[in-house]
Amino acid sequence: MTVFIRAIGRWAINLLQELGKTGMFLVYSLYSIVWHPGRPVHVLKQVSFIGAKSLFVIVLTAAFTGMVLGLQGYYTLTKFGSEGMLGTAVALSLIRELGPVLSALMVTGRAGSAITAEIGIMRISEQIDALETMALDPYKYLVSPKFIAAMISMPLLCAIFDVVGIYGGWLVGVKLLGVNPGAYFSEMYKSVEWQDVYSGFVKSFSFGIIIAWIGCYKGYYAGHGAEGVSRATTESVVLTSVLILVWDYVLTSILL
Amino acid sequence: MIKLVNVHKSFANQTVLNGLNLSIPAGKTTAVIGPSGEGKSVMLKHMIGLLEPDQGDVFVDDRSIVGLRRSQLNTVREKFAMVFQNAALFDSMTVYENVAFPLEEKTNLGPDEVRVRVATALQEVGLRNVDHKYPDELSGGMKKRVGLARALLLEPCIVLFDEPTTGLDPVIRRSIHQLIKETQQKFGFTAVIVSHDIPDIFEVAHYVAMLYHGEILQFGTPEEIQASEHPVVRQFISGSLDGPINSGVV
Repeated sequence: MTVFIRAIGRWAINLLQELGKTGMFLVYSLYSIVWHPGRPVHVLKQVSFIGAKSLFVIVLTAAFTGMVLGLQGYYTLTKFGSEGMLGTAVALSLIRELGPVLSALMVTGRAGSAITAEIGIMRISEQIDALETMALDPYKYLVSPKFIAAMISMPLLCAIFDVVGIYGGWLVGVKLLGVNPGAYFSEMYKSVEWQDVYSGFVKSFSFGIIIAWIGCYKGYYAGHGAEGVSRATTESVVLTSVLILVWDYVLTSILL
Repeated sequence: MIKLVNVHKSFANQTVLNGLNLSIPAGKTTAVIGPSGEGKSVMLKHMIGLLEPDQGDVFVDDRSIVGLRRSQLNTVREKFAMVFQNAALFDSMTVYENVAFPLEEKTNLGPDEVRVRVATALQEVGLRNVDHKYPDELSGGMKKRVGLARALLLEPCIVLFDEPTTGLDPVIRRSIHQLIKETQQKFGFTAVIVSHDIPDIFEVAHYVAMLYHGEILQFGTPEEIQASEHPVVRQFISGSLDGPINSGVV
């Protein structure tokens, strides 16, 4: 019985310590963005890696998401005889919810895992220690550029996701299923408000922070050897994805 | 110059340093020898603040470095350079970029001056025509030389060497030792070398410290260590299987 209670106590203490370490990592990272943002060239490289190189997967996912929304929306709306509202349904679903969340999940799978692997390998091969022994701040070289790049890239990717998705819905709704093209766009213009676009961008900006935060943190504190990096990468993707969904709920309830 | 006072360090349930006391003389080369897994690298990392002791203190130039903020620690680290066991070169950079990195980040030198200084540093460690190569295209000995060139470029006051010759053939091993000896004499820095290379290390070091079970067992000149009557020191130097050191091999 004592052993069991001790085990629970140890687990709870470890959990609290881990939470504290994760929180401190975020605080120091945000502090570094302001005071040690790194060279612009490093930030640009990361924007290219996190943003530009994610473009293909974002466009592909957005197109098919929009097309599925077009199909499902048409099926549902025809039951009420309001298929003219298809544009509104597709646009609001994408702009408010699916654009930020799905683009963040795609970037997590593509770039978040790579960030963890890159920093994790630098950790186990003592490259981070080498930076520290040169009296250089690893946050400035490894963490800040990734944070800034993720904060820049995510809203842009989200915007592209939204536009491509809306045209995906248009392709299916208007071209394949015969919805009136004028109605598709005019209803959308009437219904989508600045508040909707704003909430989507706030979400994608904060998801960018989550992706960089967890990706960098898990790599920075990766365990030993190839197995440690592999575990850190898996944990990074899972934790980031879960956090994105949880934070999405919190933000939606605030911004609604 | 560097002083470790009653340093204790444990990882999980394993005690690595157990009340270690050591003073490193300034401007001299001190070798730290001892069986594998006794905490020599851990001790080295305490000297530069990469690890903090659970108990005890570490002084650099009479100033405690335990509990310092990152910015304060970086001021202390300006005096240091470290050559890692596996060189710790940045694997996404070429040899040139690796060696130039500290110059570009910490000085205001122009590109031409950086180019000249990098070329000189690489030449001094006996490397030619490797500027454009990546670390994974180099042999172990070449990597260590690049690591050495990178470490010495900013003319540090203290250089820490973590097993600089492990895994190298005897000829390269000797040439690296020679290189360390020559550069130490030339620049006059304080060197701390963690090594297993017996007896080669006795030719390089001014002082030798034997680390065993997390404590310094003996400290003295190479001659004093070689003449030691302590059974652990004797067994380690002779490489004998009989003695108090348990090799772990059955």
